[in-house]
Amino acid sequence: MVEVMADPVLEISGLVKSFGALRATDGVSLDLRPGEIHALIGPNGAGKSTLIHQICGTLRQDAGTIRFAGQDIGGLSVAERARFGLGRTFQVSSLAPEFSALRNVMLAVQAREGSSFRFFKPVMWDASLIDTAMAMLERVSLAERARVPAGELSHGERRQLEIAMALALQAKAFLLDEPMAGMGPEGSKSLTRFLDVLRHEAPILLVEHDMDAVFALADRISVLVYGRIIATGTVEEIRRDPAVRTAYLGDHA
Amino acid sequence: MISRENLINLILAALLLAVPLAAYASGEQFYITLATRIAILALAATGLNLALGLGGLVSFGHAAFFGIGGYAAGILATHGFSGDPLLLGLSGTNQMPVIWLVAVLAASFVGLVIGAISLRTSGVYFIMITLAFAQMVYYFAISWPAYGGEDGLSILVRNQFAGINTMRPLNFFLICYVTLLVALGLFSLIRGSRFGSALQAARQNEVRVATVGIAPFRIRLTAFAISAGITGLAGALFADLNRFVSPSMLSWHMSGELIVLIILGGVGRLFGPVAGAMLYVIFEYALGGVTERWQFFLGLILLGVVLFARGGLLGLLAGRAKHG
Repeated sequence: MVEVMADPVLEISGLVKSFGALRATDGVSLDLRPGEIHALIGPNGAGKSTLIHQICGTLRQDAGTIRFAGQDIGGLSVAERARFGLGRTFQVSSLAPEFSALRNVMLAVQAREGSSFRFFKPVMWDASLIDTAMAMLERVSLAERARVPAGELSHGERRQLEIAMALALQAKAFLLDEPMAGMGPEGSKSLTRFLDVLRHEAPILLVEHDMDAVFALADRISVLVYGRIIATGTVEEIRRDPAVRTAYLGDHA
Repeated sequence: MISRENLINLILAALLLAVPLAAYASGEQFYITLATRIAILALAATGLNLALGLGGLVSFGHAAFFGIGGYAAGILATHGFSGDPLLLGLSGTNQMPVIWLVAVLAASFVGLVIGAISLRTSGVYFIMITLAFAQMVYYFAISWPAYGGEDGLSILVRNQFAGINTMRPLNFFLICYVTLLVALGLFSLIRGSRFGSALQAARQNEVRVATVGIAPFRIRLTAFAISAGITGLAGALFADLNRFVSPSMLSWHMSGELIVLIILGGVGRLFGPVAGAMLYVIFEYALGGVTERWQFFLGLILLGVVLFARGGLLGLLAGRAKHG
């Protein structure tokens, strides 16, 4: 269901990042179009994390451009990119552990409203902040755990919480870094169903090791090996691609 | 239902008020001064608690703000007394509200400058750079003969406040006590606000805060400046308590003392600085009378707190801190 003609939301071209002699990102170009799930796969050490760090701004590229929602965001800080609508989740959950699940999401809501310089009104009496945050928690089925400190949530619940925070940002694109990792078969299935719905809200760049999920969800797949994209295409094209088979999928694909 | 921590806070607040009142009734003026010292140190530490407790910014340079507040009071009072113009034709004053305003603004401004540079670092480097800035201010004060240099600066008559006779210890105590309560109220409001959420979240997970689109630097810098202002206000009161300002207010011992107060009382707890200041001053008084080496025993207690009671006195009494 890809709208091929629509302008891409995220467009990366000619991205290069070296660490000494190692070219961790070696001329990567890829785009993310409205409504699609674009999966990024590749063996360990292929440079997926380095690429993500450059997209969300924790690393600065050596060369190349990153355009997002029509703007060149390649020189912006992490916070500025987030305000542009880049919703990110982490490979290893990244939350404020002492805060409840609810207050974590409330932080994302207040960030989107751009209202972090209010010094007096107690957030716990702020009905609009709480209601918006609760709605996000309900969407990821975490409402009944709202008052539990994030540090005490289970692994899977933390993943859900991260997604709720990305939702609260009303992101224009989601950048999900291995959301299935450590989820267990049941969790993976329900998350797969959830992402399938989420794509209608904003397109998803999905970095994932779980091939079942990738093949079930992805409209397009890009395969990253040694910092280079060796193939981009539909699930079928990638399955058939001989270079991909030798480099990555092996015989069991 | 009142929470256990709020109950303990109320008891501490009542205790700090009751002791000087009882002392006044029985004519033991000295205990009023002791309680005033507690209130002022608690106020200074409340300022630091905003940066350190909520923001996780371990400033080892808050003596600079304490001293700047003190010198603001001392310098304004000196000029107010002598009638010599201060600068740009402005004259000094002996009115506390004006002095407080100047102390808060001066300390916040210096906090903004120090913070803007220091907050680019973190961890041990942040501790060291704040210490270095405070030492710069310390040596500046020592080498500035116009205001006493190494010998410090005396305030001949305690400054005035709204027609109250501030020379009476109980009156001055009440001024400090109310100021402390106002600062605690402010701390509590900030902690629960959107700004406080962002500040505390930045302590817990800086990357997360940036990822939702809040720049941690701006939040921290603002908090650091507010923190400096509160500690500066305490410095002005401290100058009036002793009617004397000296570079010792700016020394790194003072910065360390403020950190110790917070750790003793409970880091990030509303009444942590109050509990810590009570413990510290009582210790200083009780053990200081017995042995000159009282700080050795204070060190032992601090060691015990750090090893066995991370939450300080409030953590011990009220359990773990709760966030919404």
